[in-house]
Amino acid sequence: MAIVYQKSKGLTDAELHYCPGCTHGIVHKLVAEVLEELDLLGTTIGVAPVGCSVFAYNYFNCDMHEAAHGRAPAVATAIKRVSAPGTTVFTYQGDGDLAAIGTAEIVHAAMRGEKFTTIFINNAIYGMTGGQMAPTTMVGQKATTAPLGRDKDHYGSPIRMSEIISTLEGAAYVTRVSVHDLASLNKAKKAIKKAFQMQMEGKGFTFVEVLACCPTNWGKTPAASIEWLKENMIPYFPLGVYKDVDGEVK
Amino acid sequence: MEKELWKGNEAVAEAAIRAGCKYFFGYPITPQNEIPEYLSYHLPKIGGCFLQAESEVAAINMIYGAAGCGVRVMTSSSSPGISLKQEGITYMCGAELPAVIVNMMRGGPGLGTIQPAQGDYFQATRGGGNGDYRHLVYAPATIQEAADYVQMAFDVADLYRNPVMVVADGMIGQMMEAIEWREMPKRELPEKTWATTGTKGERKPNVINSLYIDPNLCAEHNERLAAKYKAMEENETRWEEVNTENCEVLFVAYGTPSRITKAAIKLLEKEGIKAGLFRPITLWPYPSKQLKAAASQESVKAVVDFELSMGQMIDDVKIALEGCRPVTFVGKAGGVVPTPAEVAAAAKAAIGR
Repeated sequence: MAIVYQKSKGLTDAELHYCPGCTHGIVHKLVAEVLEELDLLGTTIGVAPVGCSVFAYNYFNCDMHEAAHGRAPAVATAIKRVSAPGTTVFTYQGDGDLAAIGTAEIVHAAMRGEKFTTIFINNAIYGMTGGQMAPTTMVGQKATTAPLGRDKDHYGSPIRMSEIISTLEGAAYVTRVSVHDLASLNKAKKAIKKAFQMQMEGKGFTFVEVLACCPTNWGKTPAASIEWLKENMIPYFPLGVYKDVDGEVK
Repeated sequence: MEKELWKGNEAVAEAAIRAGCKYFFGYPITPQNEIPEYLSYHLPKIGGCFLQAESEVAAINMIYGAAGCGVRVMTSSSSPGISLKQEGITYMCGAELPAVIVNMMRGGPGLGTIQPAQGDYFQATRGGGNGDYRHLVYAPATIQEAADYVQMAFDVADLYRNPVMVVADGMIGQMMEAIEWREMPKRELPEKTWATTGTKGERKPNVINSLYIDPNLCAEHNERLAAKYKAMEENETRWEEVNTENCEVLFVAYGTPSRITKAAIKLLEKEGIKAGLFRPITLWPYPSKQLKAAASQESVKAVVDFELSMGQMIDDVKIALEGCRPVTFVGKAGGVVPTPAEVAAAAKAAIGR
């Protein structure tokens, strides 16, 4: 019998702890497949964040660091700079980790043009701690610390990280993708692959923002979450390429 | 070996290079700036990397990343900057990562002053970060010792898979002294099979981590760490005694105050008072047994603790003595350094002279 599909060698056999309808598992799969297809697994060191993907070090089948909250870009900076030439380095971070507590670290890693790849999962909420407001929470969106919804006068509007990172000279490739349907998923995988390829070509810092669903903390079914993402997040966080030193933008 | 004139901070930096450290991540702060300045020039020449980070928080997490890859790495800072590094230090103890952290202490609290002080004793020995962790703390009193102990610190860090801190008051960082570069005794060190160097498809992934979500596993992890800390207490405690035999007054001081104490001892000698100095070289583990033995001599009437703080090490002195002798305190915080005469006067007051 022919094998038509199998799990990527880039993932371990550990059972994922993610909730039903959560898109972390999909993005893990895409990163793992890309590392396998580019034959980078044996020379890759990943950095896991604090947040829902804190256990990513159990899932990726390569050497891993678990970083303090928000500090993954600092940890990755050093890993890349002390490791043998040809080592691939990536961070995998959520919105609380990257866009709140770790804002300084991600901005400065991008400014320096650190040659690693960041996969940024933007699901507009703090998942692991139970649904608190994130810097990317939509205006009006309810969270356990914004029970009446995010108030613009009180908290401002959500931060757009891809747009910010793309203004920095050190950033070589910055794109925002989504995994809400098959077409967007395929685009996301291409973006992740391009980011890793550009890292290995020494082009500079590469950043892939992935819009993601959190049905548990959004209080929605997985199907309704996808609709909510399309209707609310994509208009505010437009998909597209924000920076590409190799080619076309948007 | 010939003696050479070295500034303390530069000697610390050169000592790191001589110990095989090729990587440094730090952030500017007075009075330790000559350490990063020296390394920014010299590390690239030996194929290493110097990087000025965006903050002390980022710098210590860079140390975490580098140490996890198995290379020798150092950071340095001064008091307020070391406060910011506490997060990384507890993570490194938790993840069992070897590295050297230098604190050229200045006056506090808060922004304090840039002049020398020892107000970070509690922070260094009790742990400013969260959780049950310990790390060695070397307190050199001369630039020779600073050069020696920085070199030794790298071996000890690798031996125990634990960060090692070197603390000195800003005086040691800023002054110049004649030193000789001497080879430190080498330890037999285990191979870093745990380091993240890429699996090459030949082994299971290595993970650098301090998270043990299962409380039973976290409890086991703490037990294992505690056993390691006990081994450090048994094998790594260091101290110096000067003139302690049959002394009437026993001074306890480390770093620059220990040097002032030596001058005070000479002043007291002229007045017929025999005083001695007990100088802890490791602030953790603290040489408690040895201090108690020195203080328990029949001749000792009083123990005088002298610090450039408002009294922090004095807690360890009292714990060590278990009430066997009265302990008095002399010291100043905030960057003012007492004179030998002031220190001698405190000793006389302690014995009613």
